Amino acid sequence: MSATVTSPMTAARPGMAILATLRRNKLSWLGIALIVLIVAVAVFAPLLAPYDPLKQNIIHRLEAPSADFLLGTDTYGRDVLSRLIYGTRISLMVGFVAVVIAMSVGSAIGILAGYIGGLFDQVVMGVVDVMLAFPTLLLGLLIAAMLGASLENLIIAIAITEMAPFARVARAPTISLKEREFVAAGRALGFGPLRIMGVHILPNMASDVVVLGSLWMASAIRTEASLSFIGLGVQPPTATWGGMIREGFENILTAWWLAIFPSLAILVTVLALNILGDALRDAIDPKLRSENAA
Amino acid sequence: MIRYIIKRLLLAIPTLLAMLTVIFVLVRLVPGDPAIAILGDQATEESLQALRSQLGLDKPIAVQYVDFLTQVLSGDLGSSMTSGRTVLQEVWQVLPYTLELTAAALLIGTAFGLPLGTWAAIRRNAWPDYLGRIISLTGLSFPGFVSAILLLLAFSVQLRWLPVMSTATDDPIRHLENLVLPAFNLGIIMAAYITRVTRSSMLSVLSEDYIRTARAKGVGPGRLVMRHAVRNALIPVVTVVGLYFGTLIGNSVLTEIVFTRPGLGKLILGALTSRDYALLQGLMVVFAAFIILVNTLTDLAYGLIDPRVTYD
Repeated sequence: MSATVTSPMTAARPGMAILATLRRNKLSWLGIALIVLIVAVAVFAPLLAPYDPLKQNIIHRLEAPSADFLLGTDTYGRDVLSRLIYGTRISLMVGFVAVVIAMSVGSAIGILAGYIGGLFDQVVMGVVDVMLAFPTLLLGLLIAAMLGASLENLIIAIAITEMAPFARVARAPTISLKEREFVAAGRALGFGPLRIMGVHILPNMASDVVVLGSLWMASAIRTEASLSFIGLGVQPPTATWGGMIREGFENILTAWWLAIFPSLAILVTVLALNILGDALRDAIDPKLRSENAA
Repeated sequence: MIRYIIKRLLLAIPTLLAMLTVIFVLVRLVPGDPAIAILGDQATEESLQALRSQLGLDKPIAVQYVDFLTQVLSGDLGSSMTSGRTVLQEVWQVLPYTLELTAAALLIGTAFGLPLGTWAAIRRNAWPDYLGRIISLTGLSFPGFVSAILLLLAFSVQLRWLPVMSTATDDPIRHLENLVLPAFNLGIIMAAYITRVTRSSMLSVLSEDYIRTARAKGVGPGRLVMRHAVRNALIPVVTVVGLYFGTLIGNSVLTEIVFTRPGLGKLILGALTSRDYALLQGLMVVFAAFIILVNTLTDLAYGLIDPRVTYD
């Protein structure tokens, strides 16, 4: 992988490279603008939502979009717009926390495997490769079903399924970095292996790992929605996009508005993260930079 | 050639063992007692004990592991705890539906993805390129069930062109009608992947010296792409199609649920909702075997596309 060669070089000025690429890549601004907007919606949800997302109002059940209820109401007469706004919080929170866990544990595993080497490396990376080969959704489904449906378990399930790519990306540069002079110097000064891995090796790949994180956050939000749709996510009455689509799917012949708005919300969020992730990846990988400069 | 195939098949054995180990660890070591999960919180201690010994859960973990491996390797994937049929019988019943859906999706994905990716690469930074990139990025962002529901809303609910539910039928036309939307749903996501890889692979092949030589010798643009470039550009595409197979299965689970289609996905969901852990574990083994088979076939396919791949 090219990351092996490039990361120590770009790590010195990852901020500059990223800024330069973002300036060239106009599409990435769209991604950034959308993400800022979505995060703002999540943060200011109580101010933006016109109604209480959990307040049932049977008189107004299954009403089509109108001036009173901009995106209509669901089977319990709850306001779809308010639920959509509050659902943003769950999606972003689950996606973010799951990826941070996957990123921390995954790269720690990768650095350890690369640094220790030998049999340990082979066994650990063997397991990582198997996890990479297994479909994310199936693995998430299995773990979430075993743990039981709850917010914490959903985060754990998604984090476990996404650890493998981080381990792969962290291991490759570790193998070359541990032979470099500055690591040997650290060792000669009597620094322990933990300090060398944490202070000398980790910062050299941090940008690679973070960029991968932005791409996998898109995937985490997708998996969250899929598991919630199947019924393995955060349980009702909490508003989640996947759960809302599930309700919409059950009423698909009579109430189109229930499924379509949360669907669009997921699509826009994942698309925005993918656009940004692609742009960031171009920024730290010089090989891709020339190819995708436009 | 035959030696290479045998060698490649032997290489699949450690991978299979590793996959089985991961499945075993996942099913056993995840917190929570399967016996309680199956019988519920109210079950008496005696009935829990009885179920544990029936499932072999009271044995030491190492013994369970060896038991699991010997059973699976002798072809016994266990039986469903709800229907009593063996896992293989359950799989066999719905497999044709899933295979049909996957094959149709592959076909649609390739039929759209290859030309679009090639076109985008040839007209780089012109409008076909932007179109291809926007389509592929959007396709990559769709969770499988979201696109399925949007297709269902558009073509079945609004336009009423196609059935909302796939019901079992002997009529070939109806059968095809049932297949169209699910296959397109998986196919467009697949096309997004193929477009992306074809574009970047084609771009790198088109910048190679032998292409420049061919162009200098006066080979026309059509022949240049079709005869000289495509064959080399296809290698990464085949890899991605092979790798994508896992995602395709994952997406087919959701697609089958949305279109109420029988198949492996519906089977998994049923196992989950009825807490049929035996069936679930067996299905995971089936999936693992499928993925390994496809990866092996992908490796073998290189040789057909690229004569430079030697079989030693």
